[in-house]
Amino acid sequence: MPPDDNGSFLCLLMNTTIRRALLILLAVNAIAASAVTSVKENADTTLSLTEVTVTAVRPQTEVIPAQKLSGEELQRLNSNSVADALRYFSGVQVKDYGGVGGIKTVNIRSMGTNHTGVVYDGIELGNAQNGQIDLGQFSLDNIEAISMYNGQKSDILQPARDFGSAGTIYLRTKTPEFSHGETYHARAALRFGSFDLINPSALLELRLSSHVNASLSAEWINSSGKYKFRYRRVNPAGEIAYDTTAVRQNGDINATRIECNLNGNLQNGEWHFKVYNYNSERGVPGAIVNNVWRRGERIWDNNSFAQGSHTQTYGNFTTLNNVKYSFYRTHYVNNDDKQIKVDNLYKQRELYFSTANELMLKRWWRLSVSYDFLWNALDADMHDFARPDRFTNMVSAATAISFNRFKAQASMLGTFIHDKLRGKKAPEDKHAFTPAIYLNFQPARTRDFQLRAFYKRSFRMPTFNDLYYADMGNSRLDPERVTQYNFGAVYSRSSHGFIPEARISADAYYNRVSDKIVAYPKGQQFRWTMLNLGLVDITGVDLSGLITVNPTYELYLTLRGQYTFQRAIDVTDPTDSYYRDQIPYIPRHSGSAVVNATWKQWSLNYSFIYVGARYNQQENIRYNYTQPWYTSDISISRDITINHVNLRALVEINNLLSQDYDVILNYPMPKRNWRVTLMVNI
Amino acid sequence: MIMKTSITRLLLILLACTALAGCREDEVVMPAENETVPDIADPDTQIQGMYVLNEGNMGSNKCTIDYYDFPTGIYTRNFYGERNPDVIKELGDVGNDIAIYGSRLYAVINCSHKVEVMDARSGRRIGQVDIPNCRYISFHKGNAYVSSYVGPVLVDPDSPKGAVYRVDTLSLAVTGRVSVGYQPEEMAVSGNKMYVANSGGYRAPLYDNTISVINLEEFKQVRQISAAINMHRMRRDEQGKLWVTSRGNRQTQPSQLLVLSSEHENGEMELTDMLPVPCSNIAIHGDRLYYISSELNDYTGTNSISYGIIDTRTKKVIATNFITDGTEHEIKMPYGLAVHPETGDIYLTDAKNYVSSGTLYCFSPEGKKKWSIRTGDIPASICFLPKSTSGN
Repeated sequence: MPPDDNGSFLCLLMNTTIRRALLILLAVNAIAASAVTSVKENADTTLSLTEVTVTAVRPQTEVIPAQKLSGEELQRLNSNSVADALRYFSGVQVKDYGGVGGIKTVNIRSMGTNHTGVVYDGIELGNAQNGQIDLGQFSLDNIEAISMYNGQKSDILQPARDFGSAGTIYLRTKTPEFSHGETYHARAALRFGSFDLINPSALLELRLSSHVNASLSAEWINSSGKYKFRYRRVNPAGEIAYDTTAVRQNGDINATRIECNLNGNLQNGEWHFKVYNYNSERGVPGAIVNNVWRRGERIWDNNSFAQGSHTQTYGNFTTLNNVKYSFYRTHYVNNDDKQIKVDNLYKQRELYFSTANELMLKRWWRLSVSYDFLWNALDADMHDFARPDRFTNMVSAATAISFNRFKAQASMLGTFIHDKLRGKKAPEDKHAFTPAIYLNFQPARTRDFQLRAFYKRSFRMPTFNDLYYADMGNSRLDPERVTQYNFGAVYSRSSHGFIPEARISADAYYNRVSDKIVAYPKGQQFRWTMLNLGLVDITGVDLSGLITVNPTYELYLTLRGQYTFQRAIDVTDPTDSYYRDQIPYIPRHSGSAVVNATWKQWSLNYSFIYVGARYNQQENIRYNYTQPWYTSDISISRDITINHVNLRALVEINNLLSQDYDVILNYPMPKRNWRVTLMVNI
Repeated sequence: MIMKTSITRLLLILLACTALAGCREDEVVMPAENETVPDIADPDTQIQGMYVLNEGNMGSNKCTIDYYDFPTGIYTRNFYGERNPDVIKELGDVGNDIAIYGSRLYAVINCSHKVEVMDARSGRRIGQVDIPNCRYISFHKGNAYVSSYVGPVLVDPDSPKGAVYRVDTLSLAVTGRVSVGYQPEEMAVSGNKMYVANSGGYRAPLYDNTISVINLEEFKQVRQISAAINMHRMRRDEQGKLWVTSRGNRQTQPSQLLVLSSEHENGEMELTDMLPVPCSNIAIHGDRLYYISSELNDYTGTNSISYGIIDTRTKKVIATNFITDGTEHEIKMPYGLAVHPETGDIYLTDAKNYVSSGTLYCFSPEGKKKWSIRTGDIPASICFLPKSTSGN
């Protein structure tokens, strides 16, 4: 199709859309969440004393706990970014376009990237333009914990927005904790390795007073993004048809991240304030196709936000208030002299305010009401651009009961959306009411074994691109809706013996995505539009297990594994050639295993990731078949402590067996690569 | 010890799961797929078969060629891939045009920036001509002419004018390049002049509205005819007139069909008619011009599609549905169109949603469906292979 105004252009649009996804991100804050979040994750060893106090006031409230990676375990996982770490969670598929600067988005339980909420230190990150968060932009340098909840975090003291997504990922940065007499901590790290990677970072934590502390975190990442990849094909007789190795081009990145936090403790409360800036320039490597090995697209992102949070408890009443302003600037250029020249500047603004209030009526019964206001605006220097503004009001009401052996929670979220366009008539206001019910039951006297279930409805608004992008957008779109049913069981125990910790869990689920927003050809040839066309049925099973053994003094072995089965089929229209076929890029089987051994100051980590066969387009035919891939990563680290100074060296080798694979068709992944981290902690 | 064995056991179970789920194998070159068409072709024609070029969605690198052999009735998908297994990354990304000249088959692969040249009978690769953002091909006196969106960078580097490249069909060398209008599409030769439909698609909404005229002897643009915006197809009929489609701008300027004809003794073509027929594709057979017209209804979001015939002598629409048996209701996105040069059978492709296999339909000249078959992704361009080919 002609790239001018036609179909291939659509692709271009879609790709750039994804690229633009880059946009956004980072948001932050408030660790308000710490009091709130950490408390819930009360197994977290990093809880400060203050938080423990809070814990006493607010008992553990989550009905269904999260999948979680944190602390040391997270640091050892051979992960460059948050997206890499999420590959170890069950039910998650990561779309990875390859390389250090490549886009990485996640899809929870096949419902689609746009249904995944990402919360950074207590406040959700937004991208009204395309609804996707590029998790490749988040390095793990200052991330303390990653938690993933199916449906919502089953707590009731949270912003209304947190009740909204079909699956939610919480990223929590490191909060300073000082022991008695300490006034500061400092950490410096240097990472370097394949792809000409240089990545220094620094963290400074200061105790300003007995109630206030501050932290400053900064990072620079630079990489040529060059790596060798190989395409090899054999003919049916097994002889080599072709075998070519080339270097990935135009995948370079140069980025800085600066983050400042102020945290304060109050009598029965706390507050947090954060400012954040991410600034990057990167190449977009693009698809490798016949006769095209290099492309000319580049993106500059400058994302900033400031956010504040305050939590206070007055007797039986707790209030959590958040506020945030963000500004994302994205400059996209296509310089390829064989293609249409593109040079667009996008500016997104977001203002957010939230108040969440919880009342404990009885020790076993709590109620909450939250109200959020969100304003999004997008501006672009494009011809005839609608410059949309979106005003979202969200109100949630929730209740939770908690007995010894039974916990339940019900919530209802009302979302009211009003769009405004410059010079054009905006679509009608939209609203939706989405309920959720979470249950947890402990059948026996012991807490080891628990049954759990949830039901949740949610929706995602069409993004600005879906609605208003040039003449591809369709302002008549309805929200895309998801209904989830989940039933599961968990067995866990911890003790001080030979097996300090063991846990196994299983969940089965059925999801239905209706009114799915898909690109569809429009009347005149080559034109696409967005329509509410799709209907997807998802049946899945997530299994995960963890066991730690302590066979001898100072030797700990941990084995963590997860497996996901997903049958996600398109049931839109029986006359489609792909009716009841597995939807693109969702493997039937996927899983991972991590083995970690620590002995004194040594730690050895081996991780294995498996993603089964997938189809890269809707029809499950062999022309669309994509092979399974599986990689082995290994790392070894050693800590040395000299006079209160802790030194660490970590060496990682990724894709140890140098498998040549694509996660996304025509986006080749790196062969074997390595990285070294040197870190000093004072 | 006990724990160790349990861990080993767990690992083994995990490994077993992996094995069950499947391991990677050598990536095998995509095989061809053969299917027999449930119809017997007329054995007395001079046509051996037809090639269907499937565009493949942009970035997918899934451009393929299918071949339908009339005598055997065998339809072969991914014909090129099977005949040329050693070509790195296969045929390429977004095929836009296919044609036979002499004994060679030429496929214009837009996003791979090349024209692939094959033996017309065997499909074996002979070579390629690198032409950036190439669109359509036509031939004249031993030369191939290829339109390209990107010409030499001129005054305005942000939107350079397009070009027509001249390629020697023997040596496959580019022997010349002439700058034309913005984003040129199809071309047609009349006398010693080549007419080029310019679209200006990269400059939307400031589309080009000219037809470039190239004197083939000097290989220079000698004139530009002001016509309609955003032109695309250009075909010559039996009377020597040129039929040109304008895509319009989808807002104020409707899509229409233009006619160029010569009223001068010198044979120079001029714009003589503008018919209010929106065409996305056209094919001429004898004095009939078949067209596909489709328009989006803004309220229902559905396409209203018609399949019409124009008498090229009278320039009047003589039928608004060349499919007469109701098959049109099966077709989601009519795309490619061709008419068998001898039997008059109509070949129509359905590109569906652009990201799944298409369908090729064959209709009798009376508009009754004879058969249909699955193709590659976005079947677009069709050419016929004569039983005897000659020349280079």
